[in-house]
Amino acid sequence: MDTLYGLFIAPFADFGFMQRALIGSLMLSLGACPVGVFLMLRRMSLSGDAMAHAILPGAAAGFLLYGLEILPMTIGGLIAGVIVALGAGAVSRFTIQREDASMAAFYLISLAIGVLMVSIRGSSVDLMHVLFGTVLALNNEALTLIGGIVAVTLVSLAIFWRALVAECLDPLFLRSVSRLGSPVHFIFLGLVVLNLVGGFQALGTLLSVGLMMLPAAAARFWTVRVEPMCVLAVLIGFASCIAGLLLSYHASLPSGPAIILSAGVVYFASILFGTRGILRARIVHHRHRTA
Amino acid sequence: MTNTCLTFRDLTLGYGSHPAIHHLDGKIRKGSLTAVVGANGSGKSTLMKGIVGVLKPMAGEVIRAPGVRAAYLPQQSELDRSFPARVVDLVSLGLWPRRGLLGRHTREDRDSVSQALMAVGLGGFEKRPIDTLSGGQLQRTLFARVLLQDADLILLDEPFNAVDAKTVGDLIALIKHWHGEERTILVVVHDLDLVRQNFPETLLLARQPIAWGETRETLKPENLLRARRFHEAWEENAPWCEPDGHAHDHDHDHHGHAHGHDHHHGAGPRAA
Repeated sequence: MDTLYGLFIAPFADFGFMQRALIGSLMLSLGACPVGVFLMLRRMSLSGDAMAHAILPGAAAGFLLYGLEILPMTIGGLIAGVIVALGAGAVSRFTIQREDASMAAFYLISLAIGVLMVSIRGSSVDLMHVLFGTVLALNNEALTLIGGIVAVTLVSLAIFWRALVAECLDPLFLRSVSRLGSPVHFIFLGLVVLNLVGGFQALGTLLSVGLMMLPAAAARFWTVRVEPMCVLAVLIGFASCIAGLLLSYHASLPSGPAIILSAGVVYFASILFGTRGILRARIVHHRHRTA
Repeated sequence: MTNTCLTFRDLTLGYGSHPAIHHLDGKIRKGSLTAVVGANGSGKSTLMKGIVGVLKPMAGEVIRAPGVRAAYLPQQSELDRSFPARVVDLVSLGLWPRRGLLGRHTREDRDSVSQALMAVGLGGFEKRPIDTLSGGQLQRTLFARVLLQDADLILLDEPFNAVDAKTVGDLIALIKHWHGEERTILVVVHDLDLVRQNFPETLLLARQPIAWGETRETLKPENLLRARRFHEAWEENAPWCEPDGHAHDHDHDHHGHAHGHDHHHGAGPRAA
């Protein structure tokens, strides 16, 4: 009993920084995982990755002007992300270029500017910090920010749920009955940026997209409906955060990669054992019903 | 004019600077059932998109009678069949005009979804994931959605493609049922026999209307021949269409007596 307590409870009970890391990462999962599900269903999984890179110059600008402060870097990242999301989204909506190409173009330009800015004044340690984050150093200010982002995300998803599903399922139909199609697309991109920015102090710009995509991708193997998929993705996100933090604590590993790798383990397990996974498909193929 | 559902006024629709529908004038009567026929690229789908408002006119306008709600079944659906949704989720989208973004779906709504599925012969398919449907079943599912939209104006773009004979019969019956309910219906069809048997009126398109009116009259051999001579390809260097060039052509006759002539704008509108 004591060993179990020592393994799973004590790290969180005894250390304030572990508690804050836990609260912060759980809140992040609550917002980012459903957003990730829709990102995946819209076949924009890699766009999330691109957006994460696009945030860098904004965060770097905040860092150059104010040093290693959460708020300026977050606001900077938000601005950069929104510019790239709107720019790429607008190019794909109003020209013949598809979103993947315009997104790639915008984020590469943005990333180059970001690296340039960091290299002008920062040392490589600072760059590492921006790129990889520190979930173990979340202060109350950061937690409040993440809480706000999660609240905005969940409320927006609840309001626009039906339009978002329609826009994914049959966009032409939505256009024929409503003018919400384009606004909903941009609101959704806004949520993606918001959640990536929320995640980047904890996990870094490179890995924050991991908590968004991996649970969603894993959940896809278990269910054929959107609602359970979102719930499942959040639960997988929770489990990954707890497992990752414990792993990081006991094995002295960096927490961000530990969380994302935990989600990665769930992803591979889902590929194999999910109800729509490989093994199940093999077994079911041997038997069939009469009708 | 109260019995007019749609009015086309000098309507030009197209892509880039090239028209796919060129200076269309005319009216669609309320409660009419019209087949839209023509060769590939003659502007049939474009006209549908223009009516529903997905494509903005390059010139002229489509005027919908006030309060007319349209339901549109596109030829090339942008439906994502891999999206994790059940048949009932897809059909329920048809509740949008009634419930909008936030309105709760009531018990009656759910019943009407089941009834719509029943009406297209898919009773009991509610829980089936959409990626397990056959092409014909999916088409019927989309018909159920149109049914649920309860629209006054129904636009169907090649609804019988890749659908077996029995299903075509079922869908035609459904269309006739709508016709009986005084809904206005426009259907893009390729099968002329089907048109002759089931559609009272026909619009024959070849970028311009070749003929428009009673089906038997419209589908006369000479009209079909003229429609077939239509040149599908765009000409990159086609001369610009001058605004005044066609104005004098508007003295339309009734019921398209001028079909045989080499008249720029062939048939006139239905006398409404």
